[in-house]
Amino acid sequence: MPAEATGQGAGPVLTVRNLRAYYQMRYFGIFREVRAVDDISLEIGRNEIYGLAGESSSGKTSFIKAIAAANRPPLNIVGGSVRYSFLDRDIFRLDPQTLAAVRWKHLGYIMQGSMNVLNPVRRIRESFVDFAFRHIGLPKAQFFALVAAHLERLHLPPDVLRAYPHELSGGMRQRVTIALATICRPEFIIADEPTTALDVVVQKGVLGMIREAQQEIGSSILFVTHDMAVHANMADRLGIMYAGRLVEEGPTRTIFAEPLHPYTAHLIQSLPRIGDLAPKKALGGAPPNLAEPPPGCRFHPRCPLAMDICRRETPALTTLAPGHRVACFAASPEVRPAPPDEDAGRADGREAALQPAEGR
Amino acid sequence: MSADLLSVERVTKVYARGGLFGRGAFRAVDGVSFALDADRPEIFAIVGESGSGKTTLSRMILNLVAPTAGAIRFRGQDVAHIRGGRARSAFMGAVQPIFQNPFEAFNPLKRIDRYLLMTARRFRGARGQEAERLADDALRKVGLSFAEVRGRFPHELSGGQLQRVAIARALIPGPALLVADEPVSMVDASLRMAIVSLFRALRDDLRVSIIYITHDLATAYYISDRIIIMQKGKVVESGDARAVLDNPQHPYSILLKESVLSPDTIGEGILGKRPPATVDAR
Amino acid sequence: MLAILRDLLRYNREFAAGTVLTAIVVGMAVLSAFSPYPPGDIYVVAPDLPPSWDHPFGTTSQGQDTFWLLTYALRNTLLFGFSVAILSRLISLLVGMLSGYKGGATDRVLMSINDTFIVMPLFPLLVLFYFVMRDDMTWALLALVMALLGWAYDARLIRSVMMSLRTREFTRTAVFSGMRTDQIVIREHMPYVLPIVFSTTLNNINWSIGLEVTLSVLGFTDIETPTVGTMIFWANQHSALVFGTWWWVVFPTLLVTVTFIGLFLLAVSMNEYIDPRSRLSRMGGGVA
Repeated sequence: MPAEATGQGAGPVLTVRNLRAYYQMRYFGIFREVRAVDDISLEIGRNEIYGLAGESSSGKTSFIKAIAAANRPPLNIVGGSVRYSFLDRDIFRLDPQTLAAVRWKHLGYIMQGSMNVLNPVRRIRESFVDFAFRHIGLPKAQFFALVAAHLERLHLPPDVLRAYPHELSGGMRQRVTIALATICRPEFIIADEPTTALDVVVQKGVLGMIREAQQEIGSSILFVTHDMAVHANMADRLGIMYAGRLVEEGPTRTIFAEPLHPYTAHLIQSLPRIGDLAPKKALGGAPPNLAEPPPGCRFHPRCPLAMDICRRETPALTTLAPGHRVACFAASPEVRPAPPDEDAGRADGREAALQPAEGR
Repeated sequence: MSADLLSVERVTKVYARGGLFGRGAFRAVDGVSFALDADRPEIFAIVGESGSGKTTLSRMILNLVAPTAGAIRFRGQDVAHIRGGRARSAFMGAVQPIFQNPFEAFNPLKRIDRYLLMTARRFRGARGQEAERLADDALRKVGLSFAEVRGRFPHELSGGQLQRVAIARALIPGPALLVADEPVSMVDASLRMAIVSLFRALRDDLRVSIIYITHDLATAYYISDRIIIMQKGKVVESGDARAVLDNPQHPYSILLKESVLSPDTIGEGILGKRPPATVDAR
Repeated sequence: MLAILRDLLRYNREFAAGTVLTAIVVGMAVLSAFSPYPPGDIYVVAPDLPPSWDHPFGTTSQGQDTFWLLTYALRNTLLFGFSVAILSRLISLLVGMLSGYKGGATDRVLMSINDTFIVMPLFPLLVLFYFVMRDDMTWALLALVMALLGWAYDARLIRSVMMSLRTREFTRTAVFSGMRTDQIVIREHMPYVLPIVFSTTLNNINWSIGLEVTLSVLGFTDIETPTVGTMIFWANQHSALVFGTWWWVVFPTLLVTVTFIGLFLLAVSMNEYIDPRSRLSRMGGGVA
């Protein structure tokens, strides 16, 4: 089955280049700009689970809104491109009708709150009709046969179709939203903290189901969560975001075995484990305010390895080993400063800043 | 004989479910007993999933909800019988809560320092400079200072800082017991262990007992002395925290432990058939 | 506060327009203090004159200057709306906050009274009230009655806000900081409730003016006191539109419409500004 989905060549499914998405707000004359996504480039391959880790205000939520072109003002795309293998152009250049047709059919979502997807006053069966019927384009009877087969493959009892969302447990609801997100066999799925609200026992089952569904339909998943233990068991590759930037990226096993960025190292080091009583070193300070990020590397005020250059220059994300990129001067002398911020001198051009660079 | 700081005696809480005439009853907490020793401060973990009754139990200990049956005694006195402003105030001076969501623990429209000063005034009778000094003392115990907090609104601090301020506020009256309900579940990972370790320091340096309510076995293992594991209102296993978690006996405790994901199982494919990390080289 | 007003005037068109319209109406009401003619006197000027430089809004068939009479009418109408709004806000604030914070039996009793007021048919009741009182009907009495009838919806609104505030964690922090109930309600919860009170005040003024005009036009109020409604009532009594003295009807109608639109625009724009969420994001919080 996966062969069908990988039939379009071997390139990445998602290619993000220099993406910038800022919150730009104007309240009664006061202009504020929050650089939630600042110059992120990454690729996600076919049949791959890409884990994106980051804490609150790291910009990971803004990032997924941006790559799905689901951002609404005040979050504006300021620069960069987002291309999917199944689209003939940048997603920001699609007209709204095409975008609507692409969602669910090619681009699935699994969100944290299943109640946001499932209409509380409609049975699950009707939710399937609402989301998927027009994308699949089969007669009703065949459509429901397909839904039933899909549920069976994901080990969900067929009775759920007749239930209302509130009649199901949280874990079961989340399983239903996974079935909903995968029924159209999308090439790319965005999973946003899909198990954060669930209990551990249920979480394990739901994660297993996401993996199984992914293998079954051969799609790629961008899996976003703050929980490094989940990433360790879920992701093929891992990207670490800090303060709106990607600071490290590599195969999950490599990242956990030899993290190169001090922030990544801290995240892994401070993970509590049963059976481990070793003292955990604390990291001082707090994530920066993205409205006024510190100069240079955004991690330097908290970094145990901070050097002089870190306070002045932003490290570029540099490939140090095959597939392993890191943005830290302390990691290797190969890491060079990033090219100067192209819109750094724009602080006074407030009116201009309100116009998104992309024509949306 | 009554050297117990807190004793929870066969406590049960039943909530009526359904319509006006209570068609059904739901036992949120079902015959739970344990005791904390007054002379030996400890971190006592109550572990369970949602619906296990751990939060209801914590609210009964804080005297926010009255038990249906059984009794909770604090220093020998039944907390359900605490009536009147003076007695309540004395109880709150000795038992203080720490809540789950640090962003909700303070009114977003109000400055944070007022909670600290108000606590100092109500429970320690301090005003002006004296109240500020008490607040500063408490904040220093959690690694902050009054100067960092003065005049600030909650949104100006990070979740980790806010949770520290919440702990500092709870320390001002000089409590003997802190009831912390999921205190780190909404705190970022890079700040979480610092707060968890702080609890240990409070136990050792200030001799405060802490009831640590959590769903997270790993942090419970890291800091607690004793543990009870709750399922559907009942205690299924209890004892020394390390002993219980290293070698759980009850099937539910075993299941719970097995479900905890750990970075040590990378590539073992415990979530699915295909072992991950098969696309290392791009 | 002044800076806020200046910003609002500069950046919020609804607020600016609302302020201008309301200022026109209030300005006219203030002019009543300088009126050359007492409001109760009739045949002080030649009757039925069309608008001119001497009488900008013309004169009535009763020999009153329409402009100066209208200044009194607007003053009374605005005062009426304002009194009703203040009185009914006080009741709704008290009932809503008490009900929402106390809960339990207090809540059940208060809300059953509240709901009785919500379902009561207002207009027939007010007409009935007029027929009972007849000549004893005064402006102040009507204001009192309308205030007693006009609080219930907003009390329910305030109650629901209070109920959700009561369960928020910061309320518990306040309790364990040793704050008394009255301190918690006034210091912690008031900032969330006041915006509702403000925006409903303006809407309530509009509502009570509307009802007063309706009742007056039909003659179910104290018709001797000049209000916008009673002016239209007298104009109709003298068949102003048939006789061609249109200015007697058109100017009061125009001014009361300006009042409605002005207050409505103010309510809408203030609502947006005072809302705690938007206030929070202006303070710099609440953004991802």
